[in-house]
Amino acid sequence: MTYFRKILFAASLTVMALANAPAHAIITITITEGGEGGTPIAISPFKWQGPGTVPTDVAEIVTADLRRSGRFAPLTQEQMPAQPFRDKDVVFKEWRLVKATSLVIGHVTPVKPDQYRVEFRLYDVFRERQLAGYRYTVKADRLRSVAHQISDLVYEKLTGEKGVFGSRIAYVSQERSADKKRLYRLSVADSDGANPQTILSSAEPLMSPAWSPDGKQLAYVSFEQKRSMVYLQDLKQGKRIRVASFRGINSAPAWSPDGSRMAVTLSKDGNPEIYIINIARKSLQRLTFNRAIDTEPAWSPDGRYLVFTSDRAGGPQIYRKPVAGGQVERLSFEGNYNARPSYSPDGQQITMITRRNGKYNVGVISVADKSMQVLTDTRLDESPTFAPNGQMILYATERKGRGVLASVSADGGVRHLFTLTEGDIREPAWSPLNP
Amino acid sequence: MKPYFKLLLLVIFALALNACASKPEESAQPAGDEAVVQGAAEEGVLAGEELGADGRPAVMRIHFAFDSSSIDSDNRETIEAHAAYLSANPSVNVKLEGHCDERGTREYNLALGERRAKAVVQMLAVLGIDRSRLTDTSYGEEKPLDEGHNEAAWKMNRRVEIIY
Repeated sequence: MTYFRKILFAASLTVMALANAPAHAIITITITEGGEGGTPIAISPFKWQGPGTVPTDVAEIVTADLRRSGRFAPLTQEQMPAQPFRDKDVVFKEWRLVKATSLVIGHVTPVKPDQYRVEFRLYDVFRERQLAGYRYTVKADRLRSVAHQISDLVYEKLTGEKGVFGSRIAYVSQERSADKKRLYRLSVADSDGANPQTILSSAEPLMSPAWSPDGKQLAYVSFEQKRSMVYLQDLKQGKRIRVASFRGINSAPAWSPDGSRMAVTLSKDGNPEIYIINIARKSLQRLTFNRAIDTEPAWSPDGRYLVFTSDRAGGPQIYRKPVAGGQVERLSFEGNYNARPSYSPDGQQITMITRRNGKYNVGVISVADKSMQVLTDTRLDESPTFAPNGQMILYATERKGRGVLASVSADGGVRHLFTLTEGDIREPAWSPLNP
Repeated sequence: MKPYFKLLLLVIFALALNACASKPEESAQPAGDEAVVQGAAEEGVLAGEELGADGRPAVMRIHFAFDSSSIDSDNRETIEAHAAYLSANPSVNVKLEGHCDERGTREYNLALGERRAKAVVQMLAVLGIDRSRLTDTSYGEEKPLDEGHNEAAWKMNRRVEIIY
């Protein structure tokens, strides 16, 4: 509590010119493995019922989302026996003949200037009944969001698990400007890489983006003052505050599940230790007391534990400690380099980076029995993070000399690659569901 | 500047040759080739002591082994030269900036970079430089000198920069 005044809640610095500036580089996502065994589904083109052309092809986005998930194999338009867009036009028999198990139909109607009504229905082809049907009225710039929401509904109805198409991804990219200087950007994009928005750009490094649980703010580390400091930025307004600028390292922000506190790494007392900032009270609590490096804190979903990296036993290993205080418990025992832990949404698993034969790979530790499983076979993996539905792990890696993002499904069946049109991309952070 | 640059090139050349000569697989070469490599390496070692601008020591970087912050004897000499310079120039302050190679995780590397910078601070303090003149910071793996993804680049990037 004596640290009250030392947490510099710097008067709201507005990142004016930079907020919502378009990013130059675009993300492309490709499936690199799996996706052949998906369930056949038909997404009939959504009929545009206005003049001219439709501003956004909703059915195309839904089709791409479901195909990318690896769980579905959407029919091509050529494979479709018909293109119904109204309930009364659906003939289930003809869809059974092409082995589509589910059918999505819909239409988009302009209701007034910049207002569109989107209607969709999802059918079980074999049982010949509707599983879901919704109508949305939105502006043109929300049509993509509506498409992702439809994808989420279809995914959840058919798999029983939450979809993550409506969520977003924050990431750091690095490019070279015309005069060869480095340019770092912190950006946010839709889950399919569309709508990239740079929320901060700097000639000095940016690190460690972390979403608030409500999806409205990002915490991150910026070196713009020539050393690491932790900031917290509102995504809509672009306003930000500096939450840690002590002597030494200020880094590794992680929000508590209820959003009231933030774990950070500070070396103000001599070496890196984990602290918890109470955001509203502006107070600071020290959690670790050790002469070794303690860093990379992450909260358990129930908010009771912080898991972190420490080299107190020599090399970096994974530990956890109750937030309320208590014994530190070691969780990783295989290999001599295990770091950067984070929990699965159900709290049963921890994903981290583990070194095997000189390679740095994504691993998963079972919290119950401490067993470890290695999921990747690349060389320089970093920053693994579970998707908010727990079905996928997204991480950074190196490919052909460039920084890229990759994902692997929890069952290991589907893998994706996220590349930027230019520059390196790294440090992915998946937003909470439906921010 | 130019003569120093040439000297630096010579030193880099010599280091490169040394690095090659020390690789075990290189020793399998025919005796004739081996003799040539050794001759060139010895010539490089004679490059002599560099002198930096304004009387400062020329070597402004300390390099480290992987996941290590220990200072070897060559680096000790470099740090001693800087301690001597700082003793002779009491109004000069210095910043020690720690860096890592890209392997491993970013936040852990940020901590490791700080540990390297502090190791140099500690040694300068032991050599009699007042701590108030020494500041340390870490960039972790965020500012590599060489953006390659290989041993040579990693070796170059594990460093503390001495900044006046």
